[in-house]
Amino acid sequence: MSLEITNAIAELTPHFEGYAYPNEATPHPLWTVLIVLYPYITGLVAGAFIMASLVRVFEVKALQPVYRLSLLTAFGFLLCAPLPLLLHLGHPERCFQVMITPHLTSPMAIFGFVYAWYLMAVLLLELWFDYRHDLVVWSQTTTGLKSTIYRLLTVGVTDTSEPALKLDARIGHILSVVGIPSAFLLHGYVGFIFGSVKANPWWGNVLMPIIFILSAVVSGIALCVFNYMVLMWLRRKLVDMRCLDVMGMYLFYALVVDAGIEALDWIHRVYSAEEGFQVMQYMAQEKLFYTLNLGQALLGTLVPLLLLGSLQLFRHKVPELWRRRMYFTSAMVILIGVMAMRWNVVIGGQLFSKSLRGLMSYKMEFAGLEGWLMSAVLLCLPFVILAVLVKLFLSEKLPSSEHA
Amino acid sequence: MKNSYSRRSVLTVLGAAVTGVLASPAARTAKAAVQKVLASTGAAKGYDPTRHKWVMGIDVNNCIGCGLCAEACKRENHVPEGPYYRTWIERYTIAKPKPGSGDARGAATVESPMGGMNGFKDPELSKDEILHSFFVPKLCNLCQHSPCVQVCPVGATFDAPDGAVLIDPKYCIGCGFCIQACPYGCRFLNPRTRTAEKCTLCYHRITKGLQPACVEICPTQARVFGDLKNSGPDDPIQKFYRNNKVQALKPHLGTEPRVLYAGFDKEVS
Repeated sequence: MSLEITNAIAELTPHFEGYAYPNEATPHPLWTVLIVLYPYITGLVAGAFIMASLVRVFEVKALQPVYRLSLLTAFGFLLCAPLPLLLHLGHPERCFQVMITPHLTSPMAIFGFVYAWYLMAVLLLELWFDYRHDLVVWSQTTTGLKSTIYRLLTVGVTDTSEPALKLDARIGHILSVVGIPSAFLLHGYVGFIFGSVKANPWWGNVLMPIIFILSAVVSGIALCVFNYMVLMWLRRKLVDMRCLDVMGMYLFYALVVDAGIEALDWIHRVYSAEEGFQVMQYMAQEKLFYTLNLGQALLGTLVPLLLLGSLQLFRHKVPELWRRRMYFTSAMVILIGVMAMRWNVVIGGQLFSKSLRGLMSYKMEFAGLEGWLMSAVLLCLPFVILAVLVKLFLSEKLPSSEHA
Repeated sequence: MKNSYSRRSVLTVLGAAVTGVLASPAARTAKAAVQKVLASTGAAKGYDPTRHKWVMGIDVNNCIGCGLCAEACKRENHVPEGPYYRTWIERYTIAKPKPGSGDARGAATVESPMGGMNGFKDPELSKDEILHSFFVPKLCNLCQHSPCVQVCPVGATFDAPDGAVLIDPKYCIGCGFCIQACPYGCRFLNPRTRTAEKCTLCYHRITKGLQPACVEICPTQARVFGDLKNSGPDDPIQKFYRNNKVQALKPHLGTEPRVLYAGFDKEVS
């Protein structure tokens, strides 16, 4: 559609009620669904990494079966994390300026470095040190392209002596310890991008980075539960119930803390009832009714709290099949709920005018760079990458050292 | 007790302080020179931004809502058609309270159809139902602590030494963070250039000694423009400060706007 026609429609059809600053009366918000996906995917990365750290740093042996899957999940999703941002930029070709000439007071500028640090210095290295021994063995036991890939990935370091393996384990442990604050930093920074905007009472909130980190941990663990159960189902294998129970326990406690902090945020907003509170009330009751009350609060928080909480109390009385179903359902609704939470933050913050006198609306388009289709592709892409990674590095046909 | 302030340490601190004070104008000049070379500001040749401090005052009592300023701005700066404005006019209509309601004033309505470019239709309320009605011109507030400058990831938007807050369109990556951070809704993403845009005080004009288009066309002198570094007591901007008690928009946000208003109401935000 030509620009003139778009503008004509924008002028004719009211996209807002009440008064919005004229520059805000655009057909759709400035930050669309792509910017919803960006914190969602980044959060899944941080959460999946924390899941892996439970094995490596906190030595929760029961979670051993999901250690490598969690790391690969974090890696697969991290590769896709900046894509929505990049696609959304007015000038993606200038994106390298963020790294070359960063403006150090900008949360967005620092995110580039945190991302690079996390990808290059933490996740890739931890994966490499964890897999090095296996890569050497696999490069010798496989043939053809696979063997070449494994050999290339060893980067020529083929020493599998006892001291070398001990060193691998030690460095892997150190990287994992460094990785925990790095994962928090990665997603805390995403929260800070929103929390630092004092112009917007929906965003400008000191709790925002904390809420983002906690919901990231919850969503990441839920994703690992989902991935593990789907993988086992695809391989026609039984899930390790002890592992699943422990994952469920961590998921429950993470969700309790996350729900507690989010509730605290709301209690504070309601009690202090500062500037813009009326608009927020209206948003919760009207504009974001479904995504906030049903998606985030009911489906994403209350339902899994009840399911997982009841399993903490009556685990031994519930048959395995039902436990599996309850864990899977909890993981699914949490993943939907956290997605709704990101939507409520990003889109919700743009559904009211900064004049606090008007409300805007947002209807997602289907095709186009910022539509349903592209969002679905961007959400599926990390799973496609993960499938390739699982095929290469979690193959049943290859012997695995699985040392952690 | 040992004296922690030795002569040497005191002299060192004092020396550093004096050097800092002496070096700061030089540093500002150097920064301005670098910006002049590197940034695309549209400034006239030979213009020295360190010798000026541009400000604007707005007398709400003088504005008649004709919208000529908003129209002149669109034309002068080639602002795209549609909901994109570097400056606009808002009309506030405050109703009389309902008898017996116990309220001091009735509801306030705000409008800015097409940014006020084509003027305003008669309000829905009749004359007898209106307590106050007034127009408020809006533009970039030239904040001293600009949230937009703070959040720009590449430094494409910057504080010029002369008080203008500018954007280098050749450097902007179009992320929109500055637009989200501006509390006054003064920025937009230009759909043609895909970069952020806002009022520059008509930088291409003021650096040649002219006035911004909106100020020049205003028939009632509601907009007062001036250079604080080169203005005498009889200059309009100094008279504006002298004759009015001034206010800033959203002062609680700590942005310290340089655009100051005279005569606005508590409803204005």
